Amino acid sequence: MSETVVSVRDLVIDFHTEGDTVRAVDGLSFELRAGRALGIVGESGSGKSATALSLLGLHRGGNAEVAGEIDVLGTKVLTATNEQVRQLRGSRIAMVFQDPLSALDPFFSVGDQIVEVYRAHNKADKRTARRRAVEVLDRVGIPDAARRVNAYPHEFSGGMRQRALIAMALALSPKVLVADEPTTALDVTVQAQILDLIHDLRTETGMALILVTHDLAVAAGNVDDVLVMQHGKAVEHGPAAEVLGAPSAKYTRELVAAIPRLEQPRESKVVGGEPLVQVKDVHQVFSVGSFLNRTKVNAVDGVTLDVLRGEALGVVGESGSGKTTLARMIVRLLRPTAGQILFDGRDIASDKEIREVRRDLQMVFQDPVSSLNPRRTIGESIADPLRVQGEDASRKRVRELLDLVGLDPDRIDRYPHEFSGGQRQRIGIARAIGLRPKLLVCDEPVSALDVSTQSQIIRLLASLRTEFDLTLVFVAHDLAVVRQVSDRVAVMSKGAVVELGETDSLYDNPTHPYTKSLLTAVPVLDPELARQRRLERGQLTP
Amino acid sequence: MLGYAVRRIGGAAAVLLIMSAVVYVLFYLMPSDPAQLVCGIKSCTPDRLALISHSLGLDEPLYLQYWHFLSGLVAGRDFSMGPSVVHCAAPCLGYSYQYTEPVLQMILDRLPVSGSLVVGAAILWLAFGIGIGVLSALRRGRWVDHAVNALVLGGLAVPIFITGLLALLVFCVSLEWLPFPTWVPFDENPLLWAQNLILPWIVLALTTMPVYVRMSRAGMLETLAEDHIRTARAYGLPERQVIGRHALRGALSPLITLAALDIAGILTSSVLTESVFGLPGIGQLTVQAVRNVDLPVVVGLVLLIGTVIVVCNTIADLLYAAVDKRVSVS
Repeated sequence: MSETVVSVRDLVIDFHTEGDTVRAVDGLSFELRAGRALGIVGESGSGKSATALSLLGLHRGGNAEVAGEIDVLGTKVLTATNEQVRQLRGSRIAMVFQDPLSALDPFFSVGDQIVEVYRAHNKADKRTARRRAVEVLDRVGIPDAARRVNAYPHEFSGGMRQRALIAMALALSPKVLVADEPTTALDVTVQAQILDLIHDLRTETGMALILVTHDLAVAAGNVDDVLVMQHGKAVEHGPAAEVLGAPSAKYTRELVAAIPRLEQPRESKVVGGEPLVQVKDVHQVFSVGSFLNRTKVNAVDGVTLDVLRGEALGVVGESGSGKTTLARMIVRLLRPTAGQILFDGRDIASDKEIREVRRDLQMVFQDPVSSLNPRRTIGESIADPLRVQGEDASRKRVRELLDLVGLDPDRIDRYPHEFSGGQRQRIGIARAIGLRPKLLVCDEPVSALDVSTQSQIIRLLASLRTEFDLTLVFVAHDLAVVRQVSDRVAVMSKGAVVELGETDSLYDNPTHPYTKSLLTAVPVLDPELARQRRLERGQLTP
Repeated sequence: MLGYAVRRIGGAAAVLLIMSAVVYVLFYLMPSDPAQLVCGIKSCTPDRLALISHSLGLDEPLYLQYWHFLSGLVAGRDFSMGPSVVHCAAPCLGYSYQYTEPVLQMILDRLPVSGSLVVGAAILWLAFGIGIGVLSALRRGRWVDHAVNALVLGGLAVPIFITGLLALLVFCVSLEWLPFPTWVPFDENPLLWAQNLILPWIVLALTTMPVYVRMSRAGMLETLAEDHIRTARAYGLPERQVIGRHALRGALSPLITLAALDIAGILTSSVLTESVFGLPGIGQLTVQAVRNVDLPVVVGLVLLIGTVIVVCNTIADLLYAAVDKRVSVS
């Protein structure tokens, strides 16, 4: 049995805010042995990130009160002096954060930041430290590392920034790596690359890993043991295959059941029908930069597709693929630079008087926080489109709509911040269906939500579809979610549709290499299958 | 970086050119006739008026007048003063008939006064404003922070002519520690220069400082809450490095723009400070010129003020781009 590197006993974390105390972690205990990997999974608010931060003593000086016992490689984190904790951080236990954009200082080059960290723990001159920086950047797969060492964080893509942060951790050869949602902000193929990189580095260096994630499938393929957290407590703790394959706790079972499955076909399907929307060779060109230094970006570059009456068309793609731009053009929030969009036979791309068509074209947005006016009650927001179109915008009607989307009609006079993420998305849906549109375009409607909330929203959309005879365009980056919703799926990459087909045949027999790479990148719940996929990915990218 | 600098400087030049045209048109198309003003009211005959009008070039079409003005800037120009001809060397901003002096010379005489005032005051308000602001952010919620907040509010509320007069009363009248300020050029006697300016510097710094305390405090608190500060701590950087290198950089770079605007403003229009302390600076000249309707001087001053503001802004933008590498790209 290898030595214990991290030991947590009866951890309690309380956050004090003006007159209010929130218990984020409530009596948590676990151990991690050298070279092993532990996944801490849970939904938002479960206390998993607070736990991760406490391992490095990062609650010091903040408004959190931490009690219990944390032992990291012999250092008692809660009672050690600031200097002892400082020496521990980075050199023996390092951390990789969720948002690689904000985790690095925008004012300093990536290399300088690694050099600084290296020299904070090693008596090394600048040249040695810089050599080390180039070495680790090269190891994490930054191309041309000797030159890119001088690049600034904003000159790196999201995936490269995360690699740079991992390089920073690697520079000090820590015994333990804590990764807090390291891939949540990344595209699915980049996520797979980063997870594979962490996996390879672990095999190479033998460092232990604590992987904090909301995504059970991410944990499945990357850790030995899983600890499931809910309301600050561990509800289940054991080997990954057992916890995820045959969960014993009720909460874990619900969580596992809520996960949309990539391999599981949807029951009811709508096939055929005449087109409701015809998109014909549509382009969208954005000019970016100042007026002296303008460059053109082809966000959507010649897309042709039909949306059939009554069907649910899924549009998947990674960030920058043009899927959101296409969605916005279909509801004419954006006017295409070129091409035609026929809605019910009418060209809405060039038409200027489209207010009357608007009632038939509604959209549900990704971010339910920013797409609702914070200074208006939800009742007012839901009534707005009705009033504009001269429909019945009475409180009675709004209450009906709230009831329809599963919200308490008595909360009609509340403001958006009083609702949870899932509830806000329901408000957005109520606003969109009030006019009984023919077409509902949903742009990443569930990507900001926890899995259990996700499945509720998806069920709501499905029931509304049958009730209102809706045609649905469902835009998302999550392939599993899209499969659960769509009759047909279009795969977008670099502004073009690379593959379009019936959902089952596209998922089971993808023909385009891009679709294949997307599908093998999706994390799966079965640890054995995850290992297999990792091998497949290794062969796909030489 | 070079391309960015060239674009900024080109843009600044264009702004100045447009501004000069607008000012020229505005002032020379005003209903009041500059020739009439020079000529006076009682002793003026139509012949004399026409002569003055001709010698001022006011009988020419507007575009020619502006052209002469522009070419005067580049090549200098001659003004006929009755029988004699006065040469105004390039860059010629015009000629004051009331002071019988080239406008440029009048401005250059007063610029060192305003310049001395702003340099000393800026050093004081930047050093103390930022220092106190950062300190109060690091001691957030403690008594230092509360005391600073109260003082800042007081500083913002009291106008400069009160602080200035009080300071004169205390230090020059009651205690007699300092002489009543008069203007002594630096190259004449540096010690007297500083001794006379120390009171205006302190008073001006005190009234300008509160905003800097506020902004550096807010900027510091904001930056300290950012993710990359957490990263720096998570990788075991010593706290002095976290604050001194990472937090300060982010917190203070927005102050560059503010400081540039304040410096430009005080350099060109600190009328109150100059009046309270009897310093013959640009602000005082502006007041006199407007009161005397000395149009060439007013035009020259407006151009000077515009130039100073554009130049300060450009310097600020270039500095900002040098500090924050994201700027020149986006």
